Amino acid sequence: MAEISIRDALNQALDEEMARDERVFLLGEEVGEYNGAYKVSRGLLDKYGAPRVLDTPIAELGFTGLAVGAATVGLRPVVEWMTFNFALLALDQVINNAAKMRHMSGGQLNVPIVFRGPNGPAEYLSSQHSQALQSLFVHIPGLKVASYATPYDAKGILKSAIRDDNPVVLIESEMAYAWTGEVPDEEYTIPLGKADVKREGSDITLITYSKPLRMVLEAASELESMGVSAEVIDLRSLRPLDEQAIYASVRKTNRAVVIDESWPMASVGSHVAWLISRNCFDVLDAQVELVCSEDVPMPYNHRMELAVQPSVEKIIDASKRVLYME
Amino acid sequence: MAKRNTKVDVFTVDGVGEHKKKFLVELLRQMTLIRRFEEKAAQMYGLRKIGGFCHLYNGQEAVAVGAISALDLKHDYVLTAYRDHGHALAVGMEPNAIMAELYGKITGCSRGKGGSMHMFDAEKHFLGGNGIVGAQIPMATGTAFAQMYWKKVMGEKQTGVTLCFFGDGAIHQGAFHESLNLAAVWKLPVIYIVENNQFGMGTAVHRVSSVEDFEIKATGFDMPGMTIDGMNVIAVHDGIRKAREQAQADETPILIDIKTYRYKGHSMSDPAKYRTREQLEQFQQQDPILVLKATMIDAKMIDDDEYKKIDDDVKKVVNESVEFAENSDEPPVETMYEDIYA
Ligand SMILES: Cc1ncc(C[n+]2csc(CCOP(=O)(O)OP(=O)(O)O)c2C)c(N)n1
Ligand SMILES: [Mg+2]
Repeated sequence: MAEISIRDALNQALDEEMARDERVFLLGEEVGEYNGAYKVSRGLLDKYGAPRVLDTPIAELGFTGLAVGAATVGLRPVVEWMTFNFALLALDQVINNAAKMRHMSGGQLNVPIVFRGPNGPAEYLSSQHSQALQSLFVHIPGLKVASYATPYDAKGILKSAIRDDNPVVLIESEMAYAWTGEVPDEEYTIPLGKADVKREGSDITLITYSKPLRMVLEAASELESMGVSAEVIDLRSLRPLDEQAIYASVRKTNRAVVIDESWPMASVGSHVAWLISRNCFDVLDAQVELVCSEDVPMPYNHRMELAVQPSVEKIIDASKRVLYME
Repeated sequence: MAKRNTKVDVFTVDGVGEHKKKFLVELLRQMTLIRRFEEKAAQMYGLRKIGGFCHLYNGQEAVAVGAISALDLKHDYVLTAYRDHGHALAVGMEPNAIMAELYGKITGCSRGKGGSMHMFDAEKHFLGGNGIVGAQIPMATGTAFAQMYWKKVMGEKQTGVTLCFFGDGAIHQGAFHESLNLAAVWKLPVIYIVENNQFGMGTAVHRVSSVEDFEIKATGFDMPGMTIDGMNVIAVHDGIRKAREQAQADETPILIDIKTYRYKGHSMSDPAKYRTREQLEQFQQQDPILVLKATMIDAKMIDDDEYKKIDDDVKKVVNESVEFAENSDEPPVETMYEDIYA
């Protein structure tokens, strides 16, 4: 076991998969000579050269679509979007082409492609650069969507995504690239579609994914000091969604809080809260709470931007409400 | 392989041209103000008074100042990208309001909501401050559409033009190509200005572009094109003034490639290791402020003492803007729910 960052875990996954399969190539803005805007692709251009690592023009629709085309005839591209905010320019190619080719061709075509990059707010970046946009992708049948918040998960999930024969969107976070954790020395993968219990508990289930995981684990420790045993579920995969893992936990704790950093309407969080209300209704001891972003575009001012997002305090407050601790 | 059809003439002006002292002093003052403002912004960023992406304009001052000084902002409009402090100052926005915005204070031009990338002043016809590369290009085409519409449908006599600034990196977005065709087909009075500072982040133009002189792209849309020496503020001013007249008289959009250089990294977090010191120094030798100052000294319009006074004055203005920002209030947290719907 080595202790490495999420950034390096992703780098290892890319490196290993590019070495294993020469159909795998990486493209995006600044991924080559600059080693990636967030240094995830460090060293890969040196090692594999062009055209296996390609610096693209700033033309998200064009290079994303190009990769979709290449995937349709058998290459296995990894598209790095500098951030998901800029992926909005590429949505047509993802939603109308990547997600639809197999279905429209009656199963003749596959699109084995990975789209990945940082999503969600970082700091001091205002409205256009601080958006958690996963709901747009999760909404679409034909896409798979997954996330990670530990180096172990990052490496295992990225490797599986590259080997998957479907378009897979992977949600990362600028703030989490430096987070460290243990990763095995030997090769492993993590199947898409599986949630993970990040902490066991018996009084309440806290369900989250991506960057908020760390905050949720912190809230769980604080709850412990208040005598509450919280179970933390990391969904990891958002489409498909591991519903059984959610229900198994809620059936044990009878209480649930969902934490999602995107906006409340039509989000993964609101969907999961609805699933729990519907499928665990008979065992619930309280309403299901959702801790999410305020329903506003992100302001630049730092105090305001923190107030907009989920926080340990907001998670604890919501937990207290479902535990009737107020 | 030799490149095809890439020969362009670079428009420049020798000496002071036809300009009077008063006007050139104003250009010199504006460029110096921008330079000093950016230096101060960098310093305050270092002290963590300013956060996030902060893209400085050092080196490019002649572009915003030369171009915007050729406008009539009662009628004309200006749109640009996130490297916008210089344009904001050049349209005449208060340094206090800009610095306060960088500080995220309620007295900032965008009430602390926009920050460095999103300077706006509707009254001065300055419509941002756009953080998405190329996104202002269709919008600027739309303001030019409105200018055409006001004239043709609503009978307004004087409706102006739109100046749309964007980078050499933005020119590869579909938005650029779609917009230029629309503007050409509908004869919209918009001047597209590529602020060609040679790099989009760490990527040199030639690495991602099939052509290095963007003027030639105008041909494909059947609109006039032009290339201007962007280190010479007089050339920029005269070139844009001509273009503005042409856009109105001939009812046509125009594409202009202005060659310039950014002295600092892409944003505060970029060490700019992808370029050589020699290249930077080569451009710094044609520094737009030094060039204008030297030209004016040659023409006996100004001397060193007079320049020093200009510089001292703008430094004072910049220091006052910091004081203003420091002393301004944080926005009340509840204002996060404001400014979302009309
Ligand atoms: C659609 C989109 N893609 C990527 C980015 C990230 N990004 C910000 S600035 C930039 C480089 C732009 O270069 P250029 O247009 O030459 O402008 P300059 O920064 O040189 O002024 C990139 C890639 C973005 N903001 N928007
Ligand atoms: Mg540039």
